[in-house]
Amino acid sequence: MPLEYIPGIPILRPYVDPDNQPFWDAVDRHEFVLQRCSDCDVYFQPPRPMCPHCLSMDSLEWVPSSGRGEVYSFVVFAADRMAYPGMKIPYVVVLVEMEEGVRLTANIVDAEPDEVYIGMPVEVTYNSPMEGLTLYQFKKRAS
Amino acid sequence: MQMLEEYRTKSYRQHLRPPVEENLIRDKTAIVGIGQTEYSRDSGRDELDLACEAIKKAVADAGLKMSDIDGLEALTLDRVSMPTLIGSLGIENLRFTSEVSFGGGGACALVMHAAAAVASGAADYVVCYRALNEASGHRYGRGDGYAEYLKAAPTLHYGYYFPYGFLTPLSWAAMYTKRWMHEYGIKLEDTGWYSVVLREYAQNNPEAIFYGKPLTIEEFHESPMISAPLRLFDCCVDTDGAAAVVVTTADRAKDMPHTPVYIAAAAQSSPIETEIQTSYNRPVVAGLPETWYVGQELYRQSGLGPADIDVAQLYDPFSYGAMIQLEELGFCGPGECVDFCQGGDRIRVDGELPLNTSGGLLSEAYIHGVNLITEAVRQLRGTAHNQVTDAETAIVTAGPGLPTSGLILRK
Repeated sequence: MPLEYIPGIPILRPYVDPDNQPFWDAVDRHEFVLQRCSDCDVYFQPPRPMCPHCLSMDSLEWVPSSGRGEVYSFVVFAADRMAYPGMKIPYVVVLVEMEEGVRLTANIVDAEPDEVYIGMPVEVTYNSPMEGLTLYQFKKRAS
Repeated sequence: MQMLEEYRTKSYRQHLRPPVEENLIRDKTAIVGIGQTEYSRDSGRDELDLACEAIKKAVADAGLKMSDIDGLEALTLDRVSMPTLIGSLGIENLRFTSEVSFGGGGACALVMHAAAAVASGAADYVVCYRALNEASGHRYGRGDGYAEYLKAAPTLHYGYYFPYGFLTPLSWAAMYTKRWMHEYGIKLEDTGWYSVVLREYAQNNPEAIFYGKPLTIEEFHESPMISAPLRLFDCCVDTDGAAAVVVTTADRAKDMPHTPVYIAAAAQSSPIETEIQTSYNRPVVAGLPETWYVGQELYRQSGLGPADIDVAQLYDPFSYGAMIQLEELGFCGPGECVDFCQGGDRIRVDGELPLNTSGGLLSEAYIHGVNLITEAVRQLRGTAHNQVTDAETAIVTAGPGLPTSGLILRK
């Protein structure tokens, strides 16, 4: 069963502030970018105003990601208890380790819960659960 | 990254920092009073009312008058208005207040900050408290209701979780548990004994929510999967209630009614890349570095080690949350905690490490971990419902998987 939403219940929006606005603006354009320190060549997640390694506040940049990664861990929301009421159960949240090394969570939009495994190759896709909201998501990919 | 390197090599205690000969808290401060309300699923009272009762009882237990209290210590998550509470308690002049953040991760830090206050002379008698209607009121642990009052995730990092229906502490914990099970080859069918033993403890504790409701290992495995791999009976029990403790100096404690319970060590830890239960971007996800660090600091300060601990009260928001702490605190090796709990004998009252002897957060009550501190005090006074024979030392921890804290207490 692919990811399904329950009509009439709003999906919570990401909190957007100056540190992560470039990320969510890119998602709106169906682009996937990650924050990196150009001096240290290190990626961070979540975004921040200062490189935690060299403490530079000027060397941070947003760079396009390959969008590819592997499932590092996952949770199956199997019961109404503890699940978000706006989403049909069972749904899956995957923690994906991107090729760049950082890990992000999202739903997997095209897999049954029992298809998902640690190490599964996935790639970024996008959906729009309600008007005016675009999210990045993950879908299956051939290894 | 030095912190994580220390964690990975488990080298910190041996190589990097010298032991503590003496400090202002170690054996110079003590817990001298404890109090609690009824623990229920629906108190029918507000949280201010619950806080007043628990504090009143703790102060009376210490043999003090309310006018002796000159410090109050709470969690930032506590919804009781401290000025209103002060007015209700009739404290004439409070000299010290402080609040600890990080939810249940701050539970033991309440006592640590109170001890620092009395050790420095900022206050003489500090009350630490927690009051909550978690069962009947707003259930932050559940996540429902968010659609009604929130339009967006409350913080920057939660913005990466909330839009995906990923907004409960249980599910955040399920993510690191799944990874931990994967790395150590843990099978679901081998688990469950932790929950069963805690329920056994609750059968001797009339204050426990699950008093009179035993649980078999078969019932555990038949319980519904909630946020896989976590089942219903892996979860703690939402509770209405309050608990409080009184902290003062060891000098004053000598003349008070109960056997003083001395603070042998107190520590907090927030390792690099720690989020509130969603620390998925540090190299180690299959473990609890903050608990490991707190444990090392407690052992360093107290001069004690895992073999010296008579009874443990480890914060259990869900079963593995406490079990993985057994590994991080050195009671067993990495990936061995399910074996350690198998059959339950090692963690029962006459076992190698009696664990969460009141029933813990799973089966006694979820008072955000403050009820684990009160149980450790009862064990060292010799007044627990499941009394460990001749218990002289206790370790207590606070919420794992977020900035956390811990205590070693002794008689």
